[in-house]
Amino acid sequence: MTAYACVGQPLPKADGIEKITGRTVYMHDFKLPGMLHGRIKFADRVSARIVSIDTSEAERVPGVRAVITAHNTPEVRFGFLKDNTALKKDRVRQYRDEIAAVAATTPEAAEEAVRKIRVVYEDLPAVFDPEEALGPDAPLVHEADPRGKPLEDNRLRLPWKVEAGDLEQGEAAAVHVAEGEYDVGWVTHCCMGTSGCVAVFDGRGDLTVYSNTQIPSLAKTDFQEALKAMGVRGRVRVVNAAIGGGFGSKLDTYAYEYIAILLAHRTRRPVKVEFDREEEFVATSPRQPARIRVRQGCDADGRLTFRHISMVLDNGAYTSWGATTPTVMMMPATSLYRVPNVRFEATCVYTNNTYCQAMRGYGTPQVTFAIETNLDELADKAGLDPYEMRLRNANEPGETTPQGFEVTTCGHRECLEAVAERLDWAGKRGQGEGGGRKRRGVGMACLLHVGGGAKIYKSDGCGTLIKMDDQGYVDVFSGSMDIGQGLDTVLRQIVAETLGIGTDRVNVIVGDTDVCPWDVGVHASRSTFVAGNAALGAARMIRDQILAFAEQLTEAPREILDLRDGQVVCQEDPSKNLPLEKLLYKAHFAKTGNTMFMASHFYEPDTRLLAGDFKGNYSGTYTWGCHGVEVEVDVDTGHVEIVRYVAAHDVGRAINPLLLKGQVYGAVLMGIGYALTEEMIFEQGRLRNANFRDYKILTARDAVPVETVIVETDDPAGPFGAKGIGEPGLVPTAPAIANAIYDAVGVRLHTLPMKPEVVLRALLDRDGGPGPA
Amino acid sequence: MDGVVVRFTVNGEAAAVRVEPDWTLLRALREGLELTGAKEGCGAGECGACTVIVDGRAVNACLFPAVEAEGAAITTIEGVAAADGSLHPLQRAFLDSGAVQCGFCTPGMVLSAKALLDRTPRPTEDEIRTALAGNLCRCTGYVQIIEAVQAAAEEMSG
Repeated sequence: MTAYACVGQPLPKADGIEKITGRTVYMHDFKLPGMLHGRIKFADRVSARIVSIDTSEAERVPGVRAVITAHNTPEVRFGFLKDNTALKKDRVRQYRDEIAAVAATTPEAAEEAVRKIRVVYEDLPAVFDPEEALGPDAPLVHEADPRGKPLEDNRLRLPWKVEAGDLEQGEAAAVHVAEGEYDVGWVTHCCMGTSGCVAVFDGRGDLTVYSNTQIPSLAKTDFQEALKAMGVRGRVRVVNAAIGGGFGSKLDTYAYEYIAILLAHRTRRPVKVEFDREEEFVATSPRQPARIRVRQGCDADGRLTFRHISMVLDNGAYTSWGATTPTVMMMPATSLYRVPNVRFEATCVYTNNTYCQAMRGYGTPQVTFAIETNLDELADKAGLDPYEMRLRNANEPGETTPQGFEVTTCGHRECLEAVAERLDWAGKRGQGEGGGRKRRGVGMACLLHVGGGAKIYKSDGCGTLIKMDDQGYVDVFSGSMDIGQGLDTVLRQIVAETLGIGTDRVNVIVGDTDVCPWDVGVHASRSTFVAGNAALGAARMIRDQILAFAEQLTEAPREILDLRDGQVVCQEDPSKNLPLEKLLYKAHFAKTGNTMFMASHFYEPDTRLLAGDFKGNYSGTYTWGCHGVEVEVDVDTGHVEIVRYVAAHDVGRAINPLLLKGQVYGAVLMGIGYALTEEMIFEQGRLRNANFRDYKILTARDAVPVETVIVETDDPAGPFGAKGIGEPGLVPTAPAIANAIYDAVGVRLHTLPMKPEVVLRALLDRDGGPGPA
Repeated sequence: MDGVVVRFTVNGEAAAVRVEPDWTLLRALREGLELTGAKEGCGAGECGACTVIVDGRAVNACLFPAVEAEGAAITTIEGVAAADGSLHPLQRAFLDSGAVQCGFCTPGMVLSAKALLDRTPRPTEDEIRTALAGNLCRCTGYVQIIEAVQAAAEEMSG
């Protein structure tokens, strides 16, 4: 592959100096003159009719400037199906329902006022199990849809089904079949910075929302709709503060943002709503849980003949992106490994639990846990080494998958081989059983993820504007956003490379809808690919403009001119080389025809919207990977220790290997948490562990020295060959660990997290009840 | 505001802050002195984003009563770099090792590491992990943070 000056360099994160010196302004630190503090009164019941809301005492608290409810504000609907409202009028359906809100001069006054709001409820029946919620006698979570049409049951009308090949024929051709049910519950993002925003109206009625959203452009549209509902004729600007962690949590707008807007409008003052940690746990939307049934089979040689996946998703009380995760789960369901006959169907059900959202992987960690654990079980039945089974079915470059994905580059096989070699798979597998308290085992699992955007929205594009000043400094205005992942640095590298200048000359501006072009948002591991291609396109235009001007200036033909090391380089006659600054100066301050260089580019991947039959190529390229892990299981306690971890990813090309590794390390540890320790414990809809004492994210003591393997396949559609890598690192973690536990102690676990008591229970059940083994 | 005046030194400079009796050190620093580098991630001493150094010890400023800081010497992230702005070896190492992503935990993480290195110039990896165990990070998986502390320790102890 071509070697580059900036691309491929392990550059430190561009905004790192600000962060390392404590200067960065997060939403937590952001304030405006005259700003009020907003606070929300959440429901005290999980399912009830609101009989009355008495705010009179709250209004008398000194410092309170406004108390709002659904009775004294316009109805603001939001969410993917518009089944949620900013404030609830006559009914609560989950504990996080917003009933009222206060704006006050101090956070203390706001808190006191919220405590003094009196709500009278009339309890209604509730339902917490999605399968019970599907029953004929289940209480209705919503009696009517947003348009008032009565609903007969709790099933969401969402068409999540895809089928290809002939499932019955695939079943008939199977010699071995494995079937199982896999249950994955709620986990949450745990961004270290809690959510918040500041809303402010100017004298014209224009609204600015200072935000930490991952979707500035879509949030702007959402807020604009809210203004319409409020009868306000202003326009909307969304400006981002630095984001203290995203991971998908900020991919949709939340009630608290609309509440801040309503309070700001009522008080004519800037209003900040900021969650404390407990609110962050309770009132942001976690990963979508799922009960997944998998049935797949192979022929006598271990080649997959069919796969059938069906699932029920607990949607919670309202609908956000969690309900759309099946559109992404379809991808590994139909296309991870070569399997000709596939069927996937998902049912989403309203319950009185919390509603769900996007979280790193967007459904694929859930379904990959089911597929990859089940595949190990199938290998067992077929008498095959699971590694051999995976190799036989590995995806190949150039194939079109049953769902219609056009695979260009594919390093699936290389990733598998790298993991097997690094882990000494052949030497270590099958050594676990036998004596001793601590038994070791190895496991592996693979992943397929979108690596070139994901067209699940009408546009998957990103716009970029670039301007260059007459001294060679470049400003890049991208619609995308840096959420810590390193977009700011990657765009610098791409633009600097294209213009032959140093990265220190490139400034990246993101997160202001008045300044930056449109982008669908930071999700689907798309930013390096889509925002990268958008920046590359604009930078190439500037490059062309400069070279055209240089051609006039040097009278050397364009073909022999290049931009390198801050110079226009004439490849055949170095005496004609010209410092870029000189050229820019001459262009700007010419006697006639003065010009400066600027360009804009909107990049839309050449992909098909996922809709209808859910077939077609919906990503510009696909990312592949394989994780392998060696575990040590303590058979007396059920504790699982990670001994070694190898993560191999086909990344197309590493634009910045330092930041890329950071994405993998972080994702893997989040995946280990998903596998072993993390769970939101709900009892009758109430979250019982809304703090870091009881919700166990991993610490520095648990850090795993992940061995990363970067497979570079130089994707033709990627910027400098790159694919997305933000999410893949946690997709196969849980099944790799589950498979390693099986290799170590011979029990199959079908639920997450595989905490010690779960492992121990499985061991005891297998060995015939409690007591010494 | 009534309250009481607490006097201490912050980053080598004398400071006097008027606080209410229930104020935490974090609030005194953030609201009284506008030193916003220390963050509140949980308000309950569980995440470490508020870590500052008080008399040589890394503490959770969100639990530390402001009035208890009377007479103490406090270091916050704003005082870790040299007066001329040149970065502390730990800060340099965090940058170069890729230990900073969203950065919200970074100030607390740097101060916990600094308290460790001030006390134990050549820590073992186990000592580093233990010193940082009270500082949660959701972005990095800690790998590059541990590497950064090791690199800084190496550089500082020559």
